[in-house]
Amino acid sequence: MPSSLLWAVDVYGRVYSLSTSGQQWEHCRDAHLEFKRVAAVQQCCWSIACDHNIYLYVHASEVPIRYQEETYENQRWNPVDGFSDRLLPSDRWQWSDVTGLKHQPLVDFQLPSENWEWEADWYVDENFGGEPTEKGGWTYAIDFPATYTKDKKWNSCVRRRRWIRYRRYKAQDTWVKIPSEQTESLPDPFNDITCGGWEITEEPRGCLALWAVSLQGKVWVRCGINHHNPEGSVWEEVPVPGEVVQISCGPGDLVWAVLWEGHLLVREGIGRDCLKGSSWVTVESPSPGVGVVHVAVGVNVVWAVTKDHKVWFRRGVNSHNPCGSGWIGMVGEMVMINVGLNDQVWAIGFEDRAVYFRQGVTASELSGKAWKVVSVPRDSERSHSSASASSLQSAGCFFGGEVRLQSQASVLSDADPETERAGGEVVPTPEIGDAPKPRIPKVTSDSFISELVSDREGQISRRDVPPAGPSIPEEDHPEKELEDRASPAQVLSPSQSGGVDPQWSNVDLEEAQTHLTSGPGGDAAETSSLSSVATYNLALEEPYGPDEHPKWAWVTGGGCLVECHTQLNWFNTSISTALNSSMQAMSLSITPAQTAAWRKQIFEQLSERSKREMENFMHFEQAIEQSVWVKKGTMQWWRDWKPHKWVDVQFALEQFSGAEGNKDGILFIYYTFNDEKKYLHVFINEVTILVPVLNDSKHTFAIYTAERTKQRWPMRLAAATELEMHDWLALLSVSCCDSRGIQGPPSKQAIWSVTCKGDIFVSEPTKELEASPYPTPCDQMFWRQVGGHLRIIESNSLGVVWGIGYDHTAWVHTGGYGGFFQGLASSTDNIYTQTDVKCVYIYENQRWNPVTGYTNRGLPTDRYMWSDASGLKECTKNNTKPPSPNWTWVSDWTIDYAVPGGTDREGWQYAADFPASYHGNKTLKDFVRRRRWARKCKLTTTGPWQEVPPIPLSDITILPCGPKSTVEQVSLWAISNKGDILCRLGVTSLTPGGSSWLHVGTDQPFKSISIGAVHQVWAIAKDGSAFYRGSVSAQNPAGDCWYHIPSPTGQKLKQVSVGRTSVYTVDENGNLWYRHGVTPSYPQGSSWEHISNNVRKVSVGPLDQVWVIADKVQGSHSLSCGTVCRRLGVLPMEPKGHSWDYGIGGGWDHITVRGNAMEAPRILMPSLTDTQTATRPLQTNNQPEMNGNPVGC
Amino acid sequence: MADDKDVLRDVWFGRIPACFTLSPEETTEREAEPYYLLLPRVSYLTLVTDKVKKHFLRVMKAEDVEEMWLEYEGTPLKWHYPIGVLFDLHASNTALPWNVTVHFKNFPEDDLLHCASNSVIEAHFMSCIKEADALKHKGQVINDMQKKDHKQLWMGLQNDKFDQFWAMNRKLMEYPTEEGGFRYIPFRIYQTMSDRPFIQKLFRPVSPEGHTLTLGDLLKELFPAAICAEGGWHQR
Repeated sequence: MPSSLLWAVDVYGRVYSLSTSGQQWEHCRDAHLEFKRVAAVQQCCWSIACDHNIYLYVHASEVPIRYQEETYENQRWNPVDGFSDRLLPSDRWQWSDVTGLKHQPLVDFQLPSENWEWEADWYVDENFGGEPTEKGGWTYAIDFPATYTKDKKWNSCVRRRRWIRYRRYKAQDTWVKIPSEQTESLPDPFNDITCGGWEITEEPRGCLALWAVSLQGKVWVRCGINHHNPEGSVWEEVPVPGEVVQISCGPGDLVWAVLWEGHLLVREGIGRDCLKGSSWVTVESPSPGVGVVHVAVGVNVVWAVTKDHKVWFRRGVNSHNPCGSGWIGMVGEMVMINVGLNDQVWAIGFEDRAVYFRQGVTASELSGKAWKVVSVPRDSERSHSSASASSLQSAGCFFGGEVRLQSQASVLSDADPETERAGGEVVPTPEIGDAPKPRIPKVTSDSFISELVSDREGQISRRDVPPAGPSIPEEDHPEKELEDRASPAQVLSPSQSGGVDPQWSNVDLEEAQTHLTSGPGGDAAETSSLSSVATYNLALEEPYGPDEHPKWAWVTGGGCLVECHTQLNWFNTSISTALNSSMQAMSLSITPAQTAAWRKQIFEQLSERSKREMENFMHFEQAIEQSVWVKKGTMQWWRDWKPHKWVDVQFALEQFSGAEGNKDGILFIYYTFNDEKKYLHVFINEVTILVPVLNDSKHTFAIYTAERTKQRWPMRLAAATELEMHDWLALLSVSCCDSRGIQGPPSKQAIWSVTCKGDIFVSEPTKELEASPYPTPCDQMFWRQVGGHLRIIESNSLGVVWGIGYDHTAWVHTGGYGGFFQGLASSTDNIYTQTDVKCVYIYENQRWNPVTGYTNRGLPTDRYMWSDASGLKECTKNNTKPPSPNWTWVSDWTIDYAVPGGTDREGWQYAADFPASYHGNKTLKDFVRRRRWARKCKLTTTGPWQEVPPIPLSDITILPCGPKSTVEQVSLWAISNKGDILCRLGVTSLTPGGSSWLHVGTDQPFKSISIGAVHQVWAIAKDGSAFYRGSVSAQNPAGDCWYHIPSPTGQKLKQVSVGRTSVYTVDENGNLWYRHGVTPSYPQGSSWEHISNNVRKVSVGPLDQVWVIADKVQGSHSLSCGTVCRRLGVLPMEPKGHSWDYGIGGGWDHITVRGNAMEAPRILMPSLTDTQTATRPLQTNNQPEMNGNPVGC
Repeated sequence: MADDKDVLRDVWFGRIPACFTLSPEETTEREAEPYYLLLPRVSYLTLVTDKVKKHFLRVMKAEDVEEMWLEYEGTPLKWHYPIGVLFDLHASNTALPWNVTVHFKNFPEDDLLHCASNSVIEAHFMSCIKEADALKHKGQVINDMQKKDHKQLWMGLQNDKFDQFWAMNRKLMEYPTEEGGFRYIPFRIYQTMSDRPFIQKLFRPVSPEGHTLTLGDLLKELFPAAICAEGGWHQR
C-alpha cells in the first residue's frame, strides 16, 4: 500500500504532515503563513491561513493536471474567395464553440488563475472521430449546423476546424492562495473548511465538494472543483437556519454542521447531480444542556465532541439515513475529531493536545476499540530541543527527554490506581480550583462495552494509562520535572489557573494556552522555585518547553489511507509498556534483509555439510528404499458423460520414483457405474495445468492434460472443504512440478497468462516451442500457478514483469514464486500481500405499461426483474454474493452511471424490448428499461508482487529484447486509467520497478500501447484510432510526436502488440489485423490485413511469434471461450503465418509471450503443413458450451 | 522457516555415510564383510538397519543371535536418538564413513532400550511429536489430527517421503501470525560430558519485550558453554 499523509496544525499554526510509512512529523516549510484549519483529501489539502485567505496545496503527480481548451474556426465558401472567413450574417461566429452559439476567438482564452500556464500555442486538431484528416484539419458540411465529413464534396459550402491548446496547473507541492474573485459577496472571512464528496461522482469527473463556514456563521460551498480544475470556480452561499460554527463533509454524501447553539444540522438531498444538497435537518445535541462543539463525518459514521469534551458516536448513519439513529458516548476527552478514509478516526486530546488515532475501526466495528496516541517526533525537534536543552542546563536544569520519560513511567506505574480514581471522582471538573485531574483517554485495548460502562460511570479508569502523555501533571512528581511547565503557567496567567472553561468554538493558539495555563494549576506555584524564574525568558519564547510533546490544534485524515488491519509505526517511539502489542516490537526486531541473509547462511551451511558428508559417498546404498506412496481421499467428480452431474468418487495419488530419478505419479479416480466399480487414471507427468475454480457453492478444481485440452473437457473435481481442496492442489502441483523437474522462480523467458478470475499462470518455454516447422503443440505446455490477482501481465526476456490489477493498481514481479495458499512450493522472502478490488454488477429491469408507467412487473416471458447482464440468471441485491469466498463486499450497492450507451439521470437505459441495444434517453418506442447496480468487493491474497504507486494504470508494455540483448534501460510504457501515456524511467533488470514516470502529452486519452524490439511504439486511442510514436530510441525514450494511422475501414481498434517487426491489432469486433508494409524506413506501414476473427487479445513476441486469446474454440467435446492460441508457420519472410494451434482454455483473458526470445534451431525442410488453412479463420461454432469453460467468463 | 522448502529439503535429505562392521566378539561361520549405507539424519538407527541385520545374519548361526545393537568406539548407540544427533554427539570429528560396530550379544541393558519392532519406534516418535506439540500448541494440533494423519507422519518418516511427511508436519509448524511464534520452543540439548543426558526447559520464542528470539538466545540462556566451546547440541 502506498504511503499517504496525515495533516495537522500545531498550536502555533505550523502545518505538519505525517506519512503512514514515516516516523516523524514533517514541517511543511513551504507555508510561510500560520494556518488555522486544514482539510486534506488524497490529492490535495485545503486550508485557512491566519490572513483568512484560503490556500490550496496540490500534491505533485507524475501525470500533470492539464486542461484542453478548444475552439472552432468556421468558414463558408463563396465563388470569389473560395473558402473564407466571410460568413453570412445568419451564420455562427467566425470563431465559436462546438455548438456555434458562443463567440470564442483565440484571444478570449485566459488562464483561470496565475497558477496555470500554457503548455504550447494553439494548434489545429487533425484527428476527426478517430480518423486523420487532410492537412489543415478541415471538416466539411453543406451548412451550419450539420454533419461534418472529412472529405470535401461538391456541395460542401461550409467547413470548420478545431483548434486546441493545453493549459497546465503548475502550482504543485506548494501552498497557493485561492483568488477570492468575489470578495464583495464574501463579507466576512472564513472560519472553518471541510473537503469531501469525491465518492458521489465516478472517477473521471473527480469532483470534490468544499464547504466553508464564515465568521458570521454562513455556509458556502465551492463549485466546480474537479480533476481538471483543482481550484474550483466560484463560491455559492448555502442558506442555513442559524449560525454555523463548524462543518464536516465526508467522502460520500454526508454533510453535518454545528450550530452556535450546540445543535447539529444534517444536509439532505446531496447527490450526483446536486453536490450542494437541498435542505437541512436538525439533530439534537447528544447530552441535553451541553451543546456540540465539533462534528466529523465519514462515509457511514458521525462523531461529535460536546462542550464538556466528551466524544460521541452516532449510530446508524448511512447514505439512506444521513441523520442516523442515536448517540453512543465514548471514552476520551477531545477538543476536536476528524474522520478520514476508511472511516478511520483522529482526534486531539483535551488534556494533552496530542493527536490520537482510533484503533480497531473496521467496517463491522465502526466505533473502533481504543484511542492511541500518535507519538512521533517532529522533524524540527532534534535541533530545537538540543538548543533549548542547553539553555535549560545553564539554568540549572539537567533533565533530558529520556531520563524524564523513564522517571515518569515509573511514577505512573507506581501510582496507586485507587487513589487516582478517588481523586478523579472528587474533582470531576477543574472549577474547584484544585489541580485538574488528568483525563487522558484510555489508550490500551479496551472493548466497546467497557467504554460504555466507564462512560456511564462518569469518569475514566486510569488503571491502565500508559505513560504516553508526558504532560500529565502528577502531584508526586519530582519538583524539577514540573517547574518548567509550571513556570509559564504561573508567569503568563496565574489568575486563570483553574476554572476557565476553554472556548469551544475554535481551537486555536489562544485557547491552547488558556487550557494549558489552567493545567498545572495552583499547586504548581508552590513547587516552582527559583529555577522557574530562571526559565522565565525561555518560557516566553517557548511556552511549552522543549521537553513537552507537541501541542496540536487541528488534525485532518481525509488524505490518509489506513487499512483496518495494517500496523502503523507511529506508536513505537513511545515507551513500550507490557500492554503495548508485542507484535510491533517483534516486527521491528528482525528485518527482511536480516532474514534473507540469515536464510542464505543457513542454506550455505547446510549445503556445505551435505557436500562434506555425502559427496564422496553417493555410491553407498540408501538406507530406505524408495517405494510407492499413496494418498487417498474422497471427492466429487463432474461426470464425463450425460447426464452430467457431480458423483462421489474415491481419489488416489500414487507417487513413485520415475525413470530419471524424477518423482512421478498416477492419479486414480474410482467411481461406480451401474453397480460396477470402474476407474479413470491420469499420469501426473501428463497433467498440463491445475486450475482452482472457487465459487460460492463448491470448492472445485480442473485438471487438464494435452488430450483434455483438445477435447475442451477437463477433469473437474470438487473437495468437501476449501482446506481439503488446497491440500490436494498443493500436493498435486508439487507432484506435477517434481515430475517435470520444475522448481524455483519462473525463468526470464517464461510465458505468463491470466484467467478471467485473475489467477496467474506461468509456463516455461522450451526451445522447441517456437521451432519451425514442427513446434511443440501448445496444448502440451505445462502451466503452474503463481500467487496474486491480476488483470494484465506483461514481461520481457530480461525478467522485467509487470502486472495490473482489476483496481488498476500497478504491480511489479519480485522474482519470487508461490504464495497464494499454504503448502504450495513458494519462495519466502519476496512474497507480499496483494489486494484487488472489482465491481460486481446486477441489472434492475423494468417494463412500461400504459397504466402505471415503468414498473417492476414484467411480462411472463420477460427476464427476471433483477438479473445478470444476460437476463438469464436472477440476481437480486440480497442473493448476489461476491465471486468467491476469497472476496468480501466493501461497499453497498450503488447505481452505475458509467454504462456503455449512457444513462439518464437515474441511471436508466431504455430499449424497445429485452434483449436489445440500450440507450440513455427515453424515446416513444421504448417499452423496457434497465439500470446497472455495482457493488465493490475486495480480495486479499499473497504473491510475488510489489505495488508500484501511485498512478493507476490500464495498460503496460515492456521493450521486448533479443536472446542475447544487454539493454541497460528497459523501455516501459504505460497508460494511466485516465488515458494518459506514461514512460517509466529507470527500469533495468536489477530494478524492474523503475524510478519515476515521464508523462507523454497526447491530444486524446489512450487505451492500449505496445513497444517493439527497436523502440517502435504503437498506441490505440480510446476512440479506436491507432497512433505511431516517432523517434523513440534508447536515448530519447519518450520520442517526439504522434503519427495518426487510419484504422481498418469501419473498425474501432482495441489493442495493439508489436514484436520484433510485426504489428498486430485487435478491433472491438474481435478481428485480428496485421500491419503491412512496415519497414525500417517507413515504420508506420501501409495497410491492414485481416488475419482472423474471434480474437480477444494478441501478444507478439520478440521472435515475432503471434499468440492470441481466442473465443469460440471448438474441441472434440465442447467449446471454449478465452483460449490461448498460437499462430503456426510464422517465419521471417512469412510473418503472418498460416494457421492456428490451440492451447489452454477456456476462461483465459490475457497472455504475454514477450519474454520468450529463445530461438529454436530451424530445420530446413519442405513445408509439409496443411495447405488448406492458408487464411483459415479460427474454428468457430455457436453451440452452447457445456464444460469447456470451467473457469467461467 | 517452516515454509522454506529449500532449507527443509536439505535438512530432510541430510545423509551420513556409515560403515557397519561386525564386532570381533561375535562368532561367525565365515568372515563378515563390512556393510556400507547412507543413513538419513532425521531417522532412527533401528528403523534403517534392517539391511545391515540381514547382511550379518547370513554369516551367523541362529542360536548366536540375540537383539542387534550398535556401538561406536565403545559407546552403545541409543536408537531412540535421531541418527544425526548420534553422529554429531559422538562422531562429529571422525573421518567418514562413520564406523559403527554391530553386536548381537551382550545387550547393554543399562544403556539401551530394547527395540523389539518398528512399532516401538513409532510409539517413541509419536510421543516426541505429541510432546513437542504440547509445548507448541498445547497439543491442540496433534489432537485435532486423525489417526490416518498420524500414520501419514510416521509413514513419511519411515519411508523417507518428504512431501508425505511435510503435508502433515506443516500443520504442526504453523502458528497464528498475531502470536508471533509457538508457545514454547520444543528442544533438547543433548550432552555427552554430563550425568544428565539432555537439558530440556520451557523457552518462549518471544521475549517479554516482544523480540523474536533465536537459537543463539536460547543457548545463551540455557547452555552458555555452547556459544564459545563447540558443544554437542542439536535442535529438533
